[in-house]
Amino acid sequence: MTNPIFRTKDLRKIYRTGEVEVHALRGIDFSAAAGDFVVLLGPSGSGKSTFLNIVGGLDRATSGEAWFADHELTALDERGLTRYRRDHVGFVFQFYNLVPSLTAVENVALVTEIARHPMKPREALALVGLEDRADHFPAQLSGGEQQRVAIARAIAKRPDVLLCDEPTGALDSRTGIRVLEALVAVNAELGTTTLVITHNVAIREIAHSVVQFGDGRIVGREANATRKRPADISW
Amino acid sequence: MLGRKLGRDLRRLWPQALAIALVMAAGVATLILAAGAYASLSETRAAYYERNRFADIFAGVTRAPSVLAGRIAEIPGVAAVETRIVKLALLDIEGMREPASAMFVSLPDIGEQRLNVLYMRAGRMPIAGDDREVVINAAFADAHHFGLGDHFEALLNGAKRRLTIVGIGLSPEYIYSLGPWDLMPDDRRFGVVWMSEKALAAAFDLDGAFSNVTLSLMRDASEQAVIDELDVILKRYGGEGAYARKDQTSHAFLDAELKQLGAMAKVLPPIFLVVAAFLVNMTMSRLVALEREQIGLLKAIGYGSLAVGSHYLQFVAVIAAAGIVIGAVGGTWLGVGLTLLYQKFFHFPFLVFDKDPSVYLTGAAVTFGAALVGAVRAVAGVVGLSPAVAMSPPAPALSPPVRPPRGVSRPVAEDGHHGDPASRALAAAHRLDGARHGARGVDPRCLAVDAALDRADDRRHLLSADRQNASISFTETKRLAAAFEVSRLPGVMTVEPYRMLAVRLRHGHRERRVAITGKPASGDLSRVLDVDFAPVVLPESGIALSDMLARILEARLGDLIEVDILDGERRTVEVPVTAIIQGYMGLTSYMDLDALNRMAREGALISGVHLAYDTAAEDALFAALEDIPAANFIALQKVSLQKFRETLATNILIMVTVYVGLAGVIAFGVVYNAARISLSERARELASLRVLGFTRAEVSGILLGELALLTLLAQPLGWGIGYLFARAMSASFESELYRMPFLVEPATFAEASLVVLGAAAISALVVRRRIDRLDLIEVLKTRE
Repeated sequence: MTNPIFRTKDLRKIYRTGEVEVHALRGIDFSAAAGDFVVLLGPSGSGKSTFLNIVGGLDRATSGEAWFADHELTALDERGLTRYRRDHVGFVFQFYNLVPSLTAVENVALVTEIARHPMKPREALALVGLEDRADHFPAQLSGGEQQRVAIARAIAKRPDVLLCDEPTGALDSRTGIRVLEALVAVNAELGTTTLVITHNVAIREIAHSVVQFGDGRIVGREANATRKRPADISW
Repeated sequence: MLGRKLGRDLRRLWPQALAIALVMAAGVATLILAAGAYASLSETRAAYYERNRFADIFAGVTRAPSVLAGRIAEIPGVAAVETRIVKLALLDIEGMREPASAMFVSLPDIGEQRLNVLYMRAGRMPIAGDDREVVINAAFADAHHFGLGDHFEALLNGAKRRLTIVGIGLSPEYIYSLGPWDLMPDDRRFGVVWMSEKALAAAFDLDGAFSNVTLSLMRDASEQAVIDELDVILKRYGGEGAYARKDQTSHAFLDAELKQLGAMAKVLPPIFLVVAAFLVNMTMSRLVALEREQIGLLKAIGYGSLAVGSHYLQFVAVIAAAGIVIGAVGGTWLGVGLTLLYQKFFHFPFLVFDKDPSVYLTGAAVTFGAALVGAVRAVAGVVGLSPAVAMSPPAPALSPPVRPPRGVSRPVAEDGHHGDPASRALAAAHRLDGARHGARGVDPRCLAVDAALDRADDRRHLLSADRQNASISFTETKRLAAAFEVSRLPGVMTVEPYRMLAVRLRHGHRERRVAITGKPASGDLSRVLDVDFAPVVLPESGIALSDMLARILEARLGDLIEVDILDGERRTVEVPVTAIIQGYMGLTSYMDLDALNRMAREGALISGVHLAYDTAAEDALFAALEDIPAANFIALQKVSLQKFRETLATNILIMVTVYVGLAGVIAFGVVYNAARISLSERARELASLRVLGFTRAEVSGILLGELALLTLLAQPLGWGIGYLFARAMSASFESELYRMPFLVEPATFAEASLVVLGAAAISALVVRRRIDRLDLIEVLKTRE
């Protein structure tokens, strides 16, 4: 693999609650190339969300290294992490996390206002097929539409990486596929490195590669020789 | 975009935000009201004193030759001297049944007034030497609708004279014009009349003499040294003891009033601001809990902790700003109203409105401060929140479950993501605890209000000491036999003589100029009560001091007090303190009449009588009284009491309306916010119950029942806190002139609770409408 955009080395995370220690990550060695579409699979508690949080700059590792291009994430302070998230990362959450008091286009503008080279908010909405719904409030949108607004918000700043935690977890199959189509399109058109966490085994087939998590470790890794289009999968 | 979010959030939460803003407004308003009225009143007074040259030292004397003025002017430190004749006389006013009196004050015939200069509201000064023309004080003129050219009669030293009003004026000396034995100014029954010195001298046989002198001092003069020297000069002419401004009746009453305003400015605003800070804390904590994921999201997409924290601070700042604006406008309005009320009451010739920007700035600063204190915990939570929470739902925690009505097991409809529906954040329980405190916090203010109401009633006790219908004071001390003459008047049933003796009491280095009242040992009309309101039988020797006077002199039972007699045969004697008694107005002291007369060595003399009469014979008695040459003032306690109650009722009604309004604002603000927060925490469960088939009333009953229980439980606590608080406030209002015995009637507790329960009920109704409109599907569909 040439020129990995993400690299981690013996990444560990231990949560301490009083006397109890929970080992969420037990030494992760991972890398992803720029433009990769990677699916992270694994049961609940296997460490995938913790991993995503750390490489997304939302959380800190207990030990080990995590690199984004030539930034050592594990060495950054709070301000540095905020900067990193602001400049390079787009997030898509399971529960969309839209600000209910802002319209779709305003939710996107929330990001474009502070980004360096953003696209226009409506342009981002057009990428996910929501140009007609730009002025609706989240409460007026369906779950799938809300998630697509969230994706538009995540990509509007032209991030280098897009990190998605269960983006279809709260959606039915048909709506979920529309969301996945949006993600694949962004990956293809903008070349955004995309990491997607999911429980949903069916989704693996749309990725370049699949990483299997189990008990805080990577227990399997495979590349898809041929990728399916989202429309061709179902669950 | 954050600005837009702020705007929309505020619009969404406007009732809660407004409730908080109103509580803050109440704090700002009371600060501006009290501080503003205080500044206006004290500056008006200062300007009035300055422009009209209010004297610094006053002294009464039986009869001193006018040439003495020169000697007095030579006392070091004296800037100006004015000698005059000041005499109390009975009036006969057409159409007025009960007797009235006036203080007659002479005006110099040559040259201008040097001190206590009259402000002429209308008309002109009397012509020098004219024995008919007078200027009367404006309050008296207003009370009788007197105009220029009107007439009334006066009994000047026994001779009836028809006087013509040529001017209506105001004097800094009689801003608060109180007749002897009166509790409140009664402008109908007591006036101030200025006339030519020559004419007054002729009427009172004081040609070439004066009965009163006032001085102004140079800037660096020693007040006490001048008083001492003046007393020495006046001693042989029957000097009654000089006194400084602080003991001048009008000035001292104004001071007491100002002190009350000052106390109000210090006590009330902090209460509102503490409650406001508490409300901000409650509301912000809930808001932050609700927006946890939005906060996480903002941080995840690259907003810094400070940017997000300041977003929530701005939310609070907008509320505080609204509170400040509402409070500033309301406070200014109330302050101007109150100042005008004072002007009407005190008859200032002009009004210095003080809109000191520093008061507004202070108000704004402390309000922002309170808001900040209230928000600090919630905002610290925002700043400290990890962005990773945006990725995960809030951790379920423990809290008391909603208990469905009629023993039905707990609601079940919940979506899958949040685990046990009975779970609720510990923080929620904590906030509920906060609400409990809140409901408790409501009461003290309200109770204090009612204690103020009660204070009016407390004066009943003061009045129960005086049970006479009327009191007559004589122009000069008379033989005891004069009392028997009065007892022969029509309708008179009982007569009780009294004597007032001007003295200076000294205990160690502490001294005070007061009057000792001598009463018959077993006086039944005008009684002396001890600190527990039990009648005191005055001992054959010794002096009874009011508790305030005893405190000032640091005298205790059995201590020997030095008495400088400032009247008649002047000498100094020592008497033991034999009783400490309850005194509300002024500094009072009593002695047995015989003992007093023995001490003064002047035989059986009296200054006047208290009497009880048959009200059926009132008209005949009043007619007879007006013709008693010896009397110069007739106080009618019944009338006085009625007037007192009227004045007090008006004043108190205004204040209580304001206070109850403010207390209502607090109660509403606290209960409404608590209810809304509770509703937002439980909307899901309440909606679940509705889905299961419970009626709106049953579901409302759960939430509101709990609030009702909390409100009820808060009452006794509030009574306790309110009692302590009102007591502290009553003590802070205390001045030498009057004190309020602190008594809270049982009804007060009930009234205070009614106000709180009423406000709680209104907020419950408002919240009830929200519960009724719960969108069942929406609530259950979205996650918290």
